[in-house]
Amino acid sequence: MKLFPIRGGIHPDYRKELSSEKVIVALPLPAALYIPLQQHIGVPSEVLVNVGDLVKKGQMIARSGGTLSAPQHAPTSGHIRSITDIPAPHPSGLAQTTIVLEPDGKDEWGELPAPIVDPFTADPHTINERVAASGIVGMGGAAFPSAIKLNLGTQKKLEILLLNGAECEPYLTCDDRVMREHADEVIDGARIMAHALGVHRVVVAIEQNKPQAIDAMTRAASAFSEVEVVGVPVQYPMGSERHLVQAITGRETPAKKLTADIGVLVHNVATARAVHHAVRFGRPLISRVVTVSGKAVREPNNIEVPIGARVADLIAFCGGFSVEPESLVNGGPMMGQPLPGLDVPVVKGMSGILALTAAEINQQPASSCIRCGVCVTICPCGLSPVDMAAFIRKDNFETAAKLGVMDCVSCGSCSWLCPSHIPLVHYFNYAKGMINAQDREQRKIEQTRMLAEAHALRVEKAAAEKAAFLAAKKAQAAAASAAKEKDGTPA
Amino acid sequence: MSFRSISHSAPFTHQASSVQKIMFTVLLALIPATAFNLYLFGWPAILLFSVTVGSCVIVEAGCLALAGRPVRATLGDYSAVLTGWLLAMSLPPWAPWWIGFLGAIFAIALAKHPFGGIGQNVFNPAMVARVALLISFPVAMTVWVMPHPLFSAGAPGFFDAIAITFGGQMPDAVSAASALGHVKTELTRGIPVSQSMVQAPDLMDMMMGYRAGSLGETSAILILAGGLFLMAKRIISWHIPLSVMGGVFLMGAIFHAVDPARFASGTFHLLSGATFLGAFFIATDYVTSPVSKKGQLIFGLGCGVLIWLIRTFAGYPEGVAFAVLLMNALVPIIDQYTRPRAFGRNRKGEPLPLGEEKP
Repeated sequence: MKLFPIRGGIHPDYRKELSSEKVIVALPLPAALYIPLQQHIGVPSEVLVNVGDLVKKGQMIARSGGTLSAPQHAPTSGHIRSITDIPAPHPSGLAQTTIVLEPDGKDEWGELPAPIVDPFTADPHTINERVAASGIVGMGGAAFPSAIKLNLGTQKKLEILLLNGAECEPYLTCDDRVMREHADEVIDGARIMAHALGVHRVVVAIEQNKPQAIDAMTRAASAFSEVEVVGVPVQYPMGSERHLVQAITGRETPAKKLTADIGVLVHNVATARAVHHAVRFGRPLISRVVTVSGKAVREPNNIEVPIGARVADLIAFCGGFSVEPESLVNGGPMMGQPLPGLDVPVVKGMSGILALTAAEINQQPASSCIRCGVCVTICPCGLSPVDMAAFIRKDNFETAAKLGVMDCVSCGSCSWLCPSHIPLVHYFNYAKGMINAQDREQRKIEQTRMLAEAHALRVEKAAAEKAAFLAAKKAQAAAASAAKEKDGTPA
Repeated sequence: MSFRSISHSAPFTHQASSVQKIMFTVLLALIPATAFNLYLFGWPAILLFSVTVGSCVIVEAGCLALAGRPVRATLGDYSAVLTGWLLAMSLPPWAPWWIGFLGAIFAIALAKHPFGGIGQNVFNPAMVARVALLISFPVAMTVWVMPHPLFSAGAPGFFDAIAITFGGQMPDAVSAASALGHVKTELTRGIPVSQSMVQAPDLMDMMMGYRAGSLGETSAILILAGGLFLMAKRIISWHIPLSVMGGVFLMGAIFHAVDPARFASGTFHLLSGATFLGAFFIATDYVTSPVSKKGQLIFGLGCGVLIWLIRTFAGYPEGVAFAVLLMNALVPIIDQYTRPRAFGRNRKGEPLPLGEEKP
């Protein structure tokens, strides 16, 4: 297959060998599972259970909170110990409502929805409903409710379902392992999604540093003419949705549009596997594969983790820390978020937990920019980080926005190779926050102004009416008195 | 358990590069050409080189201390050493010590720190110093000597060198004209280039560097080696060097073809003076050149054409320093007009229209 070049990018130290040969193992059930109501983009789900309830594995314990939301299910059987606020796996460490489930050790399945026997003749709507009811969200990290994306087939003209197995982030090997060990499930899930979307072509894109995954997936796909497995160049951020679509199709997604607008829908490989489970077996999304890695972890591993297990449980399973980590990261090292501690639970969008040493991070104090221009050369979005950063330093967000800071995908390539160690992407994230805040403020001012104008208009109108009324009354009185005068005038 | 991690943000990994490493690599790349020229011009050149580099470091330290910035840490980035080194390479090899010392003040205290120090200066500090010296002390700055290799017969010994560099006792009958200066002088006397060229060193000598010239500029081949090393190390790209040399060569070649009596050949322009040094080490200065590759091509071409124009029509035989400074002034505007096209947008910054396959 002919591939198309993408602009810029970098070649960081991948360090995938720390965990890439580790077969996926299941985490033994921990003493308690902490299931947050918000594990996805959108509104939190709504609790369906009470403290003390006995729930079965796979039972829905919180329902979807609205159109853009996803339900939560019990990852195992047990009792609801409490529904309380605990710190979320977010850098802020702010608390959020979480269902605490105490496993009873039986791991007993509840009653599941019936398998959809022949999904390829089923109504797409049935499949979408099943995906929605199974609480499936994008497992590549964004955690966008998958059913909403599957509905796009009815709104946009789609041609290709692109399955993202690029896994371009260093360290992460969970998708690699899923593709190697469960290729059939992934391919089946992808074909089901393609059917639901009404597209007749599935492309699986895998970076060439995962030859075994490419082999396994190619074998699994060989029976299906509509599925094609493609090895793509190892070039971070190949896994960025827009860039992967460009590499595969040559089409460039216009700014402020979705890849679906140019006919391509992108899903992660682990999401496809979750769809397979939901449709073929009625099993909701209650576990996921997480890579635990980094040089501060004694035994890096790929672990099938029930949703809600604490990060501490995973670290303990991996033999604990060999040295005190400098940073604990949720996700990959390029775009991941710092974790506030070990007590936070694993959520659906968490692909990796990294415990990194200072030597691995190699963050030095920032020095002056020497204008080497390398950030301009490698920016995959075609931006000028050096210029944007200069304006942001002066709090000139307007010019930074003109230079395209809102188009930045925060891939971190510029920060990674800046010889002056300037935290460029941090600047851009800051600017995006400020610009969004200013926009909100601007809208608020606009609204206030409109209200004030409407008010002024009303007042003016009322005054005019009053004046008119008074004038009319006066005229009437004058007419009356004139008439009276006339009448009263002695002849 | 809580982590210091919260003070970090993504990316949690970083390439093992630093400003210090970059500057150090450039210094490494300069060693072959410099060592050869120090050998070629002997002890006076070694003394002048040491004074110039040392003065730059001292002046930098003074400026940093005055500005209240960390002295030791900033000196450790080697940028002052590099400025001093490049300045020394552009000086007449037997110039007196105060030329190097004043040059350091021009470069560091006037061209670099008033703008805010490293990364902030608009003009290349070494070239500002060279031009300021050339205009202020035209005689001292244009005394060229023929090669006097170390330990060869007639070469000044260490103590003779002290007298030359610190005592101002320039021995008679050693001065020579640089090839560019020779051609220019002869032209003003009405002798056509085609004749004066006969007395200029042959092209092989010019390429190897066995000729009169500035302290570090004579050996095109060793400078080329250093430049290729920097390219291999990905410190510089081909864009600026090739466009500078292309500009000089093309202008020279075209006009030489039109009137060989009036205009020297493209090859002569390419190999004489500081063309190679300028193309690989001076115009490529990060701080004072454009950041985008397209901008770098425009900048380089501009330098090349200006070098040829100044050499051919202006009062000075050599034009590298003037050309680079003039183009430095244009860098902000070049940068502004050569920004790359953003993903998903057209050149004007508007979103691409839907339904179009190729931008």
